[in-house]
Amino acid sequence: MRVVGEVRALNGDEAVAYAVRQCNVDVISAYPITPQTIIVERLSEYVANGEIHTEYVNVESEHSALSTCIGAAAAGARAFTATSSQGLALMWELLYVASGLRLPIVMAVVNRALSAPINIHCDHSDSIGTRDSGWIQFYVENSQEAYDTVIQAFKIAEHPDVQLPVMINLDGFYLSHTLENVRVLPDDVVSGFVGFRKPVKVWVPYLGREVPAVLDGYTPISLGIIALSDYYYEFKMMVIKAMEKAREVIKEVNKEFSELSGRAYGDGFLTHYGVDDAEAVLIVMGSAAGTVRYVARELRRKGLRVGVIRLRTFRPFPYEELTKLLKDVKAVGVMDRATSPGAYGAPLFNEVRTALYDCECRPVIVNYVYGIGGRDLSPHTVKELYSDLLEIAKGKKPSSIVRYVGVRS
Amino acid sequence: MSLPGWKQLPIGAVILTPGSSVEYKTGEWRTLRPEIDQEKCIRCRTCWMYCPEGAIQEVEEPYKTKTGREFKLTYKVDYDYCKGCGICANECPVKAITMVEEVI
Repeated sequence: MRVVGEVRALNGDEAVAYAVRQCNVDVISAYPITPQTIIVERLSEYVANGEIHTEYVNVESEHSALSTCIGAAAAGARAFTATSSQGLALMWELLYVASGLRLPIVMAVVNRALSAPINIHCDHSDSIGTRDSGWIQFYVENSQEAYDTVIQAFKIAEHPDVQLPVMINLDGFYLSHTLENVRVLPDDVVSGFVGFRKPVKVWVPYLGREVPAVLDGYTPISLGIIALSDYYYEFKMMVIKAMEKAREVIKEVNKEFSELSGRAYGDGFLTHYGVDDAEAVLIVMGSAAGTVRYVARELRRKGLRVGVIRLRTFRPFPYEELTKLLKDVKAVGVMDRATSPGAYGAPLFNEVRTALYDCECRPVIVNYVYGIGGRDLSPHTVKELYSDLLEIAKGKKPSSIVRYVGVRS
Repeated sequence: MSLPGWKQLPIGAVILTPGSSVEYKTGEWRTLRPEIDQEKCIRCRTCWMYCPEGAIQEVEEPYKTKTGREFKLTYKVDYDYCKGCGICANECPVKAITMVEEVI
């Protein structure tokens, strides 16, 4: 069944809130922070207007916001929260609690640089910092994808094989505060697609039957226990395996959603343009992909063989898909919107290089760090990156492997 | 004892059986073992009060010392849960408890 839906003018934050409104969420708890504030404003309006029958819990901090969601999800509720930057940093210890307890919470992170110095604009250092916390991470390109991904996220998180929290990352201001045309699905269609949360069941020996693995008071179980050197490793292994299972589920849900809406995001992990015959490819995440694709299209019109890969998921990292795509490419530029002081290049570069180490025709891979603290990435700059890469593809030795683009010296 | 692997464990580390912490024998952590000299012990209950683990047991078991003193109670250590902190030995007013090195 294909549903077209109506077009609305929504910014990224509004698109997220609109999707959450349609997803039968039981509990929302969030603390406002620029540039995520609009999500919280819209959701509280929906609740206050009686448009949704969701419990909206006001809290005094992001630490409490995620704690509330953890409690709600542990009791069997579908829970949502949203934050940015310092708020995500304050949630830190709870991120690991959510994934360790296997609670399918969905959170929108509107990417913003971390202090100090204080900055409200976009870079990915907040969410990239949480890459090892056991959360599935999506990086969306536009408001439409933000809307679509929130809907998909509940399905992915709550899949019996996954049961992991999902983080949807959208670029602060570039997406959060920019009006775009967003095609939204009717309420009943989304509600039907995501359904209601069905907690996984566990066999309880003292009851002699299966019960939902939630705190309901009727069939008592303990959650949040201690596991020391004799058990902790096994539980971490279960999170690792669940993340591997998520690969299949992300693919499935992307396909299911495209059958419903007509919109697919590649295979769910990445989208690409011009890679098939490309000599030089840029890899990018988030809203900058639009700028890079625009430049790639212009250059291809002039006959230059350039391509672009936009990663949609950073966790799980699509290393197999990347290796397959890049097997005939000579030069790859990895664009990072985050830094890792002291590391050999930034985090995305590290992942891509590691993935391609086993690839037979190892391309030259360089790192372009860009857009830190919201520094603009112009088409002119992207053009320079492509001409640098094309020269490398022709055999020129790169002047440096890690380049910080657009920083004043 | 073979412990369950990750494929056998319940999701999210939930505990499905009530009272299961009793099965967790914390006595394995011990490096020093308290031993009560029943001859010296005056049954004052000080060790029982101070033990942070509740690992000192008050047992209704009569005991007669070599000097002929008779007691209705005996104090014993529950080695399944005693972590060997030595507080009992430190607090004992008659130094009836000695800490002995555990040898495997």
